[in-house]
This record gives sequence, C-alpha cells and structure tokens, in this order.
Amino acid sequence: MSDSSARKGMGLDVITLGLFLSVMALVSLFLTANTHDPLMKVHAVILLAASVLGIVGLFMRAAGGLNFDQSRYEEGIIKAGVIATTLWGLVGFLVGVIIASQLAFPNLLYFENIGWLNFGRLRPVHTSAVIFAFGGNALMVTSFYVVQRTNHARLAGGVWPWFVFWGYQLFIVLAATGYVSGVTQGKEYAEPEWYIDIWLTIVWVTYLLVFLGTLWKRKIKHIYVANWFYLSFIVTVAMLHIINNISIPIGLTEHKSYSLFAGVQDAMTQWWYGHNAVGFFLTSGFLGIMYYFVPKRAERPVYSYRLSIVHFWSLIFIYIWAGPHHLHYTALPMWAQTLGMTFSIMLWMPSWGGMINGLMTLSGAWDKLRTDPVMRMLVVSVAFYGMSTFEGPVMSIRAVNSLSHYTDWTIGHVHSGALGWVAYVSFGALYCLVPWVWKRARLYSNDLVEWHFWISTIGIVFYITSMWVSGIMQGLMWRAYNSFGFLEYSFVETVEAMHPYYIIRAIGGLLFLIGALIMAYNLWRTARGDVRKGENVPDAAPLSIAIPAVQ
Amino acid sequence: MAFKHEILEKNSILLTLAILVVVSIGGLVEIAPLFYLSSTIEKVDGMRPYTPLELTGRDVYVREGCYLCHSQMIRPLRDEAERYGHYSLAAESMYDHPFQWGSKRTGPDLARVGAKYSDEWHLAHMNRPQSVVPESVMPPYRFLNDNILDGRTIEAQLKTNRIVGVPYTDEQIAAAKADLFTQVDEYADGFDGFMARYPGANVRDFDGDPEHLTEMDALIAYLQMLGTLVDFSTYEANSEDNLR
Repeated sequence: MSDSSARKGMGLDVITLGLFLSVMALVSLFLTANTHDPLMKVHAVILLAASVLGIVGLFMRAAGGLNFDQSRYEEGIIKAGVIATTLWGLVGFLVGVIIASQLAFPNLLYFENIGWLNFGRLRPVHTSAVIFAFGGNALMVTSFYVVQRTNHARLAGGVWPWFVFWGYQLFIVLAATGYVSGVTQGKEYAEPEWYIDIWLTIVWVTYLLVFLGTLWKRKIKHIYVANWFYLSFIVTVAMLHIINNISIPIGLTEHKSYSLFAGVQDAMTQWWYGHNAVGFFLTSGFLGIMYYFVPKRAERPVYSYRLSIVHFWSLIFIYIWAGPHHLHYTALPMWAQTLGMTFSIMLWMPSWGGMINGLMTLSGAWDKLRTDPVMRMLVVSVAFYGMSTFEGPVMSIRAVNSLSHYTDWTIGHVHSGALGWVAYVSFGALYCLVPWVWKRARLYSNDLVEWHFWISTIGIVFYITSMWVSGIMQGLMWRAYNSFGFLEYSFVETVEAMHPYYIIRAIGGLLFLIGALIMAYNLWRTARGDVRKGENVPDAAPLSIAIPAVQ
Repeated sequence: MAFKHEILEKNSILLTLAILVVVSIGGLVEIAPLFYLSSTIEKVDGMRPYTPLELTGRDVYVREGCYLCHSQMIRPLRDEAERYGHYSLAAESMYDHPFQWGSKRTGPDLARVGAKYSDEWHLAHMNRPQSVVPESVMPPYRFLNDNILDGRTIEAQLKTNRIVGVPYTDEQIAAAKADLFTQVDEYADGFDGFMARYPGANVRDFDGDPEHLTEMDALIAYLQMLGTLVDFSTYEANSEDNLR
C-alpha cells in the first residue's frame, strides 16, 4: 500500500469489501425470502438494496481508478461527513421541535389512527437522530480529520473508511425506520433491535480498526491528546454497546428479541450504558474535538499538557461508575446507588479540569472572542460543558435527586449539555472544516455566524430555564401536602401546570432549529466558494492537503 | 516518576489496552455482584411469569414507547407511597426483559395501576385520553383495536423468555397459543388448565369487542395486572433476607 500514484483495479481492500458486501447481499436475500415478519421483511429489503448499491458503487469506483495517493490526506470522506452531520442535525432538531410541540398542543398534533406519529415512537427518533446521527457523524468526521492531521498519515484501509461512513448511515436509517414502525427493544438510547445492533457492531469495529490503522502509519512519534479521547470513545462505546444489547431473538427471521438481563440487573446494565453514552459518546469524543479545534482556531498550544493527562485518565476512570445515579431510591441495592452518587460528585473535578484546559488555551488570544464568532461558539460550548458538568453532580446527590428525578429538570440538564456543549462544539468544528476541506479562504459570511450564535443561544436559554422551572415546580407539586395532611395536587394538575413551559420549550427548540438552518445555508454557500458582499473579516488561510514530510 | 506517560503516547496498542482496563473496573464492581448477591432480589410470595396475553400486552407497551413517559418504579418516599402504593420491589420486575422502570413521569407511575380503573376506562382512555382526562398530553392509541392477534410467534416468545431466565414450564409453552385466546373467554375449554398455570390471572374480554382478540385486549390485560402479583400480607420488609 505504499504506491503513491493512482491505483487501477483491485487492491486487497476492494476484494475484501466486495466479498463482505456479497455475503451481506446473500444474507439479506435469504432473510427477504424466508421471513414471515413484515417489519423484518422491510428491513431485509433495505439491507439487500444497500448491499447491492454498495457493490455497484464499489465496482464503479474500482473501474474508474481509485486514487489512494499516500502522500495526500483523504478529504472526500471529510466532505461527506460534514454534509451528513449537517443534514442529520437538521432532522434531529426538527423532530425535537415536533415532539416538544406535541406535548404543548396534544389536541392538534396527535392523530387517532396514525400510531407512528405518536410521541412514544418519535421520541427515540429525536434522541437517536441528535445523539447518534448528528453527534456520531460529527465525531466520525472530526476524528477522521484529526487522526490524519495530527499523525501526518492518510486514513488506513483504502475503501474501508467509506464502508464505515455508509454503514453508519445505514444503521441510522434502519434504526429510525424501525422506531416509527415499532421495532424497538425498549431500552433508552439503545432502542435498535438485535440485528441492527449486530450491524452497528460490525461498522464500529471497522471504525476502530481504521482509526488504529491510521495511528500505526503515523509519522509523528507521540500520539496527540485529541486522539486519546477519540480512542477511548471508540473503544468504550464498543464495550457498552455489545454488553448492554445482549439479547435473544425469538427467531432468526423475527425482529423481536428479549434482553438477556431482567429487572434490577437490566436496570443497572442499561444505566451503566446510558450514562456512559453521555460520558464517552457525548463527552470524551467531543473533548477530542475541543482538543484539536480550540487550539487550532485560537492558534495557541493547549494550555497544559500535564493537565490533559490527569484530566484524561481520571475522566474515563470515574465516568464509568456514575450510572447508578439514574436509579436513586429505586429497587437497586443501596450500596450501588451510593457508589454511583460518590463517583458522580468526584466526576466534577476531571470535568472542570478539561474545561479549564480548553478555556485557558485562549490565554493571549481572548480578543478572538470579539473578532471571530466561530471561536466564540467553541468557547461558549466549553463554558456550557462546565455548567452542565457542575449541574450533573448536584443532581446526582440523593436528596436533590429525590426532587429532580422523573421531572423536566433532567430534560433541561440534558439539553444544556446537548445543545450548549455537544451541538456548539460540533457547529464550531463544522465552521472550521468547510473552508478547510473545500479550500476556501473564508466562510461565506461571518455575520450569519453571529446570527446563528445569538438565535441559538437565546433558544438554549429559553429551553433550559423553562425546564428548570417546570421540573422543580412539578417535583414540588408531587410532594406538596395540604393543611389536612393530604396530597395537595392530583397528578393531572401537575401536567396542566406544565403547559406554559412546554410552549416556551418548543419555542426555544424552534429558535435552535432556525439557527442551524442559517448555519446550513452559510456552509453551503461557503462550499460553493461564495463570499457575502460587504463583509471583509479575513479568516485563516486554508490548510494544505498534502501530508507534511517527516522531519 | 518511574512510569512515563510517554510510553503510552508512543504505543497505540498499549494505550488501547490501558483504556480498556481503566474503563472496565467501574462496571465490574457495580454490575457483576448484582448477579450473585442473593440479597439483590427480595423473597416474596405471588410472583409468576406473565400469561401469553399479558406478555403480548407488555410487548405492545415496549413497542409504543410507553416507558418514555411512564415509570414503573415507586420510590420509598411518603408522597409516592400515598399516591401510587407500596414502594416497588426488585422482585416485582424479576421477569421483566427488558426492565421498564422508566426515567421520566410526563404521565403518572404505572407500577401499581392494575385493578385501579375499569377496563372501560382504560379503553376510553386509550382511544382518546382527553375524553376521560381533558388536560392529558398523552397520544391516542385507537389503532390497537384494529390490530388482530393471531398468536403466530407466541410460543417462540415464551421459549425465548425461558432461555433468558423466566421459569416457563413445558406445559405453559405447549399451551401458549391456546392460553392467549382463553384469557379473553371465561367459557373456553382451557379455562381450568389456564387458571392452574397462571393462578390469579384476570380472564375476561378486556376491550369490549368479544369478536376479536386485539392488541387492545393484550395491553389492557397487562395494565390490569401491573403491581398486583406480590402478596404484601406475607411480605416482611424488615426480615434479614429483605434488608438491602
């Protein structure tokens, strides 16, 4: 694989991928022909179509000559990833606005005979679209970019990184079509059924191999810190996904399966998974983004190398323990609840270590907050990270949790992290990546970034403040007693009291969606090479796509 | 410092292994003991596996994402005990694959909703929640009336549950399909056998449509038995076995 010119015909990567896709086509053909389960049949046909398309695409690419010039970076997949991240982001935010509006206006937005439009089916579409489709694509595209640049090596595996990309999109399509038609195993954030889980496992292990393979080709001795975070995200998510999803299907041609675990053990396993989906998908991976894009954009080195070591190992060690704080006062044994709470509080320290390392990287470059709206977005994302990772430990304290659990406060907390931290750091990375990979001197418009930033920020403030109020209010109403010693409120009175806050929340989400639409427009115009008239704030010059020679 | 972090930074395999070790510890300590500590699940009387119809109803509950708005876990807090009933025991979800404790109460807890409302109320509520609770934000489930059950996979469902640990007997599995239909017809031939296999189960037409066995029958059958199995008259919360 050391040839540096365009390669014609079949390399080992093309042959192995071709064989794999052929096997996949046969398996899905078998499934299509033999299943009596209509939902499985739909998915088998989708799988069959995807594998045939894959084979055709591979054949056409191979016939046209594959250009795997080892002296240049793989940038096509970065472009594809940027587009996928943006589009899935819009889908996820839109579904979020829809389901928020359903809770605000149930009489208008539910239809008695259209089951798939119900909140219960759409809510996993929203969570999976934003976490796995938007967040997952953001992580994949940035990790592919960062691992190449920081190691001075082209992505390993020839055509296989493209399998990872398209395989992951297929996973999203299978998961989402499954949710709306009723294919779910009923575990939050791990809803896809057994065969979709197996598919994701294949894609994910390939992703790990591509990432590691690129590290093995590196021309830099030290592995840069951003890659540690990406690596821990890939490895740990694999572990969590495989263990939490162990289940037995009721038949090999049936979509339905039953979890291997039951009751209390299932709850513990699920929240070990669920909380570390936050810890490793939504934190560790996105810290990888922070450790590359913040220093790069600020043109300053990371504040402290020593702090990044301490921060990294303490964060990944402690995070894993925090799951039981989702199960306070439940039938989970007390010792496990206490362990979860203790480690959740300890987690505050490494989280803020990371925040400090990110923010202090701006030492000497704070003026960029004023002149560069993309930098501001990145910095505000780190600030939101600090806020959510303070709020989280507070909510994990058993006494606080007895009030906050089961209420909207949790939803508000999640969104301060998801909108403020995860989405903002991803937006910042997208604003950096588009000019870099499309070779444009600057963004189409910095003013539009300003508009995006302020509209979204107001949206986030609407969202989290309304959820604080409604959550704390509902928690207090549930436990309120009147002077006769009876419960003051019936349950439905607390639902009624939520109404204004549900409207404010939906407006907040709508503002956030509008901001993202502005971003999508700005990115599209930037990729086309347009520059908005009347603005002349210079951006950094684009980076070269050639791999720097080894010193 | 004897150990140099440089070693990990220069070797991707060592780095990967170190990450794997560090992230494994917490889970091993918190999860593994739950499988062998006998104190994890209380000793209670009355728990039995779900009837085929209840299991089908539970699968509908899972499929429709009810757990996203309804918990099935009453906490040992004064207001919850007064609002919903006795706090939930681990034993009560020991046959639940997956668990449905939930994480959010957009609607009320359902752990003990069984036998609190009439079948007619449930039917009206499912068809259009706002017809009985005007302020409700719950979606309608009228379409469940049209989903006719044929029991195609019910035997496989029970068998799979047995593989993952639910103690279904050979007899229960063999009779699964017949039992599915028997539970909505108290004059069915298999009535006595059914009651022997599932003591205390509710047998009646649940959805007001005796002509058809529907998903609505199944869901209401499931809701009507939720939290009713454990015999709290014999449960000793403070006995050695049950203190956790």
